[in-house]
Amino acid sequence: MNITINGEATTIEALSVQDYLLQLGIDPRRVAVELNREILPKGAYPGTILKDGDSLEIVHFVGGG
Amino acid sequence: MPENNDKLVIAGREFDSRLMVGTGKYADFPQMVAAIEASGAQIITVAVRRVNISDRNKESLLDHIDLKKYTLLPNTAGCYTAEDAIRTCRLAREAGLSDFVKLEVLGDEQTLFPDNVELLKAAAVLVKEGFTVLPYTSDDPIVCRRLEDLGCAAVMPLGAPIGSGLGIRNPYNMRIILDTVKVPVIVDAGVGTASDAAIAMELGCHGVLMNTGIAGAQDPVAMALAMNLAVRAGRLAYRAGRIPMKLHANASSPLAGLIA
Repeated sequence: MNITINGEATTIEALSVQDYLLQLGIDPRRVAVELNREILPKGAYPGTILKDGDSLEIVHFVGGG
Repeated sequence: MPENNDKLVIAGREFDSRLMVGTGKYADFPQMVAAIEASGAQIITVAVRRVNISDRNKESLLDHIDLKKYTLLPNTAGCYTAEDAIRTCRLAREAGLSDFVKLEVLGDEQTLFPDNVELLKAAAVLVKEGFTVLPYTSDDPIVCRRLEDLGCAAVMPLGAPIGSGLGIRNPYNMRIILDTVKVPVIVDAGVGTASDAAIAMELGCHGVLMNTGIAGAQDPVAMALAMNLAVRAGRLAYRAGRIPMKLHANASSPLAGLIA
């Protein structure tokens, strides 16, 4: 199925947000996630299964002033 | 630190250091870590950006920051609307590391001056949602008063444009702002060298925030130490009560007993 992640289209099999982050090599504790423009609380990562057409924003902290 | 009875208090939290520093523009992480250490800062700003999905080998900023030692102040740099800034703050808080936010809503790409109209809109929403808001704003006492009225934990008027190194362009406005609000006044942006930071503190400001002034210096670690000392010296001088400025001289040695 097709989803958008950080502005880029990609194809994945259905899986939870938690599993998807781990698959990408991302530490779920170090990021914040928006699913379809709504903040997804960390507690919901394991139970939220991605669907076709979903849009994910995954952000973290970087150097800045 | 010898000045421990003069802590900076923001939203009920106490800090020994009145210097806050950014984490951007350093040559590499080791230099950043050394500079932050030399600065003595306890509050450091960070930006919120997309994870690079394709390049997962990149080191992460937080790998180099001791979160037990520092309070993170996520910023909304790069936001030009209240909506984007609010969204960024909610994401920053969701990362789970800080309720503090440095709220920036920019109005112009060249000057990076704040859009105070959008800033006030964003601040109103964020304060209601329980954020501890530290807004980057202009040296306008009226805007600062409005930000305080909305419930911001401090006001952060710019000394000069971000990264310009022009110092405190309008010290008189800073003094008016200090008379206008009761929340801490932290000069944010424009500091270029140590004397700029000392001047901000001598005016009575409660703290100084800088990034480029340190990271852009030829020797950032040395400059970080210079800024550390300058902020402390300026604050000590302010509390010591300086002599008044006079047009004419006032001799330091006694007039009596001169040989004739």
